[in-house]
Amino acid sequence: MLDAKIPSGSLSEKWTKYKGSVKLVNPANKRKLEIIVVGTGLAGSSAAASLGEMGYKVKAFCFQDSPRRAHSIAAQGGINAAKNYQNDGDSTYRLFYDTIKGGDYRAREANVHRLAEVSTNIIDQCVAQGVPFAREYGGLLSNRSFGGTQVQRTFYAAGQTGQQLLIGAYQALERQVALGTVQMYSRHEMVELVIIDGKARGIIARNLVTGELERHFGHAVLLCTGGYGNVFYLSTNAMGSNVTAAWKAHRKGAYFANPCFTQIHPTCIPVSGDHQSKLTLMSESLRNDGRIWVPAKQGDHRPPNEIPEDERDYYLERRYPAFGNLVPRDVASRAAKERCDAGYGVGTSKQAVYLDYAAAIQRYGKAEASKRNLGNVSPETITQLGKDVVKEKYGNLFNMYEKITGENPYEVPMRIYPAVHYTMGGLWVDYELKTSIDGLYALGEANFSDHGANRLGASALMQGLADGYFVIPYTLGNYLSDEIRTNNIPTDHPAFVEAEKHASERINKLISINGTQTVESFHKRLGKIIWDKCGMARSAEGLKQAIEEVRALKKEFWSDVRIPGTINEMNPELDKAGRVADFIELGELMCLDALERNESCGGHFREEYQTPDGEALRDDENYMYVAAWEMKDDNWQLHKEALNYEIVKPSQRSYK
Amino acid sequence: MQHYSMNLKLKVWRQRNTNDQGHFETYDVENVSSEMSFLEMIDVLNEQLIAKGENPIAFDHDCREGICGMCSMVIDGRPHGPWKGTTTCQLHMRAFKDGDMITVEPFRANAFPVIKDLMVSRSAFDRIIQAGGYISVNTGNAVDGNAIPIEKEKADDAFAAAACIGCGACVAACKNASAMLFLSAKVSHLALLPQGEPEKKQRVVNMIAQMDKEGFGSCTNTYACEAECPKEISVLNIARLNREYLNSTLSAD
Repeated sequence: MLDAKIPSGSLSEKWTKYKGSVKLVNPANKRKLEIIVVGTGLAGSSAAASLGEMGYKVKAFCFQDSPRRAHSIAAQGGINAAKNYQNDGDSTYRLFYDTIKGGDYRAREANVHRLAEVSTNIIDQCVAQGVPFAREYGGLLSNRSFGGTQVQRTFYAAGQTGQQLLIGAYQALERQVALGTVQMYSRHEMVELVIIDGKARGIIARNLVTGELERHFGHAVLLCTGGYGNVFYLSTNAMGSNVTAAWKAHRKGAYFANPCFTQIHPTCIPVSGDHQSKLTLMSESLRNDGRIWVPAKQGDHRPPNEIPEDERDYYLERRYPAFGNLVPRDVASRAAKERCDAGYGVGTSKQAVYLDYAAAIQRYGKAEASKRNLGNVSPETITQLGKDVVKEKYGNLFNMYEKITGENPYEVPMRIYPAVHYTMGGLWVDYELKTSIDGLYALGEANFSDHGANRLGASALMQGLADGYFVIPYTLGNYLSDEIRTNNIPTDHPAFVEAEKHASERINKLISINGTQTVESFHKRLGKIIWDKCGMARSAEGLKQAIEEVRALKKEFWSDVRIPGTINEMNPELDKAGRVADFIELGELMCLDALERNESCGGHFREEYQTPDGEALRDDENYMYVAAWEMKDDNWQLHKEALNYEIVKPSQRSYK
Repeated sequence: MQHYSMNLKLKVWRQRNTNDQGHFETYDVENVSSEMSFLEMIDVLNEQLIAKGENPIAFDHDCREGICGMCSMVIDGRPHGPWKGTTTCQLHMRAFKDGDMITVEPFRANAFPVIKDLMVSRSAFDRIIQAGGYISVNTGNAVDGNAIPIEKEKADDAFAAAACIGCGACVAACKNASAMLFLSAKVSHLALLPQGEPEKKQRVVNMIAQMDKEGFGSCTNTYACEAECPKEISVLNIARLNREYLNSTLSAD
């Protein structure tokens, strides 16, 4: 059994006690200690900025042209915090409880409680940085609801919350760059981890502009490199989002936890054709006001506005009256798939359901007319007033929908369908966010610890910033306090030479294959295997097939991929080839993990294990553990971390 | 919405690296669906080029949702192409018709050197932010989020300015390659908030000095930046910037 090193004491006092007794590094020593931060999304930027402020010497890396581009920027809806500004019964405990329950009892209690505790500090910090959150007329912060909760605890900046939070963290980071505590390496990708005497001591990074390999030393290495949703090819992730840094660490001994826990988000714009390169999310915040439905009759081809009210099936409201359209993501996604598979889908592909704003527009229009004391107003005026309110709340999302589909969502319901969005699995970390390799840490989506088998909306931003601003500044000191006597290791050390040689050989091998098929075509085929057999529904038989198919694909890739250009130039195809090669290996592990877990929980739905009404059926007796996989000679060994629920009593999740 | 298919000619800027002189190449792209995004159309072309053993066209892109600011390109003379308030990644092929010839170039400015083909370096923007585009508050120093109420109108204006994605279209659109819209959006965002108040004087002066140092041109108020900005950032921010600059340079400390 793996030990997560959870501090003793009662759940609500663990973090306070830990902070009070953790070892510290004095300012003079901090200046001598170097830290490598890979990735500059919310977790990476906030960590690099905070550690720089504390006086450490930080080197930060991102593959984009600027740290501000990291994919956290695309998060739309909001960030949770247990502020209870709405006086609606929220508390640290309730945020903790909702997150544990939402994760279908597969997250670690102590980590989640800490997350809920620091959530309020995040909002304060962001406001102080100038993040322009939405406000009420009285000048105070505004909130809205997200799935899986019955309180309003989500802070937001229109549909651009991720952008505003990341810009806040990015500005804090650039301030440290200006002050000289952080050195920034953009258009660089980590291609190898350097381990010396069992400790992570640096990375090999590839300069994507020149193709050169560089050696960088660090007393500790932080991976803040996001999730691996692009293993599915089509996802809401950015085109460049990849698993490479985490995978290199995994290949060097870092355990990979719960890889099969992936989140399929219920409300995305449906696939329009084979040319599709990525999918676009329509924020969960839209489920605050929008109503989801399909025609009550199978194969009803009428345009949505011609289908009368009593011939519609608002299936989420029907099945889950207590939470209605705001059930958690895994539940909403499966319900959409169930309706479409049963022949009730809409649109040309029939793989879509409606997200309808007509009722909300009327409701807001009437409220607005009454607020303005307009008396007897025409239906047209009410509709217009309602549209204006909806525009203020969700305007950028509606615009995005219109640009992509060419349809006006103020007039016709949006068509939506589930798509891959987030990965709860990731590098295994203990309470201090340390991986199974000493000196190597994983933050944000790159780790596995806080969301169990399903993440609640508006919790990813919270976790990224919690890890970077408020957790790692404490826990890293506990490790580095023992490193103050470690001098910088020169990068001509044999471990650096060996790691660089390994990276270089792999790149040379890739480019010399000179086969017939493009990287993109392999990526698409991998995505289809994983989506079909390790996506929204999984079965033992399908997973076994998928493993065989992925293995065959790996062989084919390494014998027939064609990469144009050369190594020592800007070569995006070569960059992509390295990433896809890693995704293929990860794909196999995902299927293996899904096959091993003979239960359904959260986003992991094994068809063999469901309740009579089609809900996920957990097996707490046999599977209440974290599956942490160790790679050994191209094969995997399973380690388990038992999940002990001291406070929450696991039960069948009910949103009815 | 009626979908259709089209055949296009693409005239694309090719440049091996920063030192290469660069030139236009013309390509035929067939059976382009009106449902594709512009970048998906380039993806298709690139797959064809790779199959023929040629080098694909290098271009910057990442989120493909119009928010990361990584995509660029000047399409038929306009940064991010013909649609108003739209990034290149959100431009869809229904903006074009069968038989069209489309010219695609990189953003052009001295401060944005071409890296390869349609890819440019915009690191000058990061250095402008380093010069003062932040509020100096270390982690852990914050008061309660509701301790300082902010008028909704001001908060909304700050948000509108903060919506800038740092793509550089304003620079590419400007005949002087001025970065005033980018810079003014940041100065406005921070100056409008009480938290940004203490540093507002030196912030604007330092950021402008850095902009000049990077080789961006001056603003001559043609408003081309506003017209091409994918986030429709208002030139009123430039007026606010000028006011902040005057306040800071003319008033005594």
